[in-house]
Amino acid sequence: MTIQVEHEIHERRKGRNYGVGLLLAGFIAIIFGLTVVKVLQLGDVAQFEKFDHVARPQIIPEEGAGE
Amino acid sequence: MSDISATDRTYEANMGDYFALLKPRVMSLVVFTGLVGLLVAPVPVHPFIGFVAILCIAVGAGASGALNMWWDADIDARMKRTAGRPIPSGRVQPGEALGIGLALSGFSVVLLALATNFLAAFLLFFTIFFYAVIYSMWLKRATPQNIVIGGAAGAFPPMIGWAVATGSVSIESILMFALIFMWTPPHFWALALFVKSDYGRAGVPMLTETHGRDVTRKHVIVYTLLLVPVAIGLGFTSIGGPVYLAVAVIMNAWFLKGAYDIWTRTDADCEADKHKVEIKVFKVSLYYLFAHFGALLIEAALRLYGIGGW
Repeated sequence: MTIQVEHEIHERRKGRNYGVGLLLAGFIAIIFGLTVVKVLQLGDVAQFEKFDHVARPQIIPEEGAGE
Repeated sequence: MSDISATDRTYEANMGDYFALLKPRVMSLVVFTGLVGLLVAPVPVHPFIGFVAILCIAVGAGASGALNMWWDADIDARMKRTAGRPIPSGRVQPGEALGIGLALSGFSVVLLALATNFLAAFLLFFTIFFYAVIYSMWLKRATPQNIVIGGAAGAFPPMIGWAVATGSVSIESILMFALIFMWTPPHFWALALFVKSDYGRAGVPMLTETHGRDVTRKHVIVYTLLLVPVAIGLGFTSIGGPVYLAVAVIMNAWFLKGAYDIWTRTDADCEADKHKVEIKVFKVSLYYLFAHFGALLIEAALRLYGIGGW
């Protein structure tokens, strides 16, 4: 009644499984790379905090200057 | 349930079969023209974002190919050229192709929107929609002009590449679009004149079969004449220059001469030399597109050193 650890389907679908694994790894690399590039393009990395879930008016120079 | 059991299908599709759904050869043309559209634009793009954008365009084009294969499986099964494709040969199930096509369409459009801008993503979405719905589902089986209007789908990539960099559509990107759009009919009909097709048996109206070969020859010369001003005109925009113009003049003269030769031939001439002229013109048409976009790339490279353009 137990699922066998080794089954012929594992061997048969090996190529497909590795392919899917590689595609997922590639997708993660792309999202990570895009995140790095987009954040660095902000210039001042602190600006990234503007996209946080909490409003941080003090990091906007004009508004934060008087506080 | 005692064990993991697979289906009774004797053949297990591998990654290569799924990749074949994406029409890799069409993809290579899409990557090349899309890359040129991106590189000749006046706004520099970060290399990684450029890479992701081209990947999205390629995957989007591949997705539309998978949707096309899903819809056209019945036609493909009846034609010798396409009977070996993954679905008609039974290697991939139609539902799998539909799922892959829809999933990759969604991924590529959303990722392009996040990586670049909404205009580029919208153009990619429209390209997929145009190829899968307007061309495959509607025009292909309805009119012998299918290839003319359907060619628009293949013409969008440089426009998307340009939109990735600039976030806009301009005369340069419209003319790059028009160049491929006007080039597709004479290119395809030159092929249709020498390939013994079975479109008739599959129920697809092709000009050579609905209106005959003489009418097709006339269409080749007329569309080539309409193509010339587009190709030359592109040379006078901001992405053109002396190198492009020189290439365009030579290639258009060559292509026009070929189209004229086709126009003046009869079926007897074709039989006599086994379609020698048509085969040659088809090859010239491939060089034609490659040379024009290659010349645009050279102009862009020269501009980096302050010597390209006008």
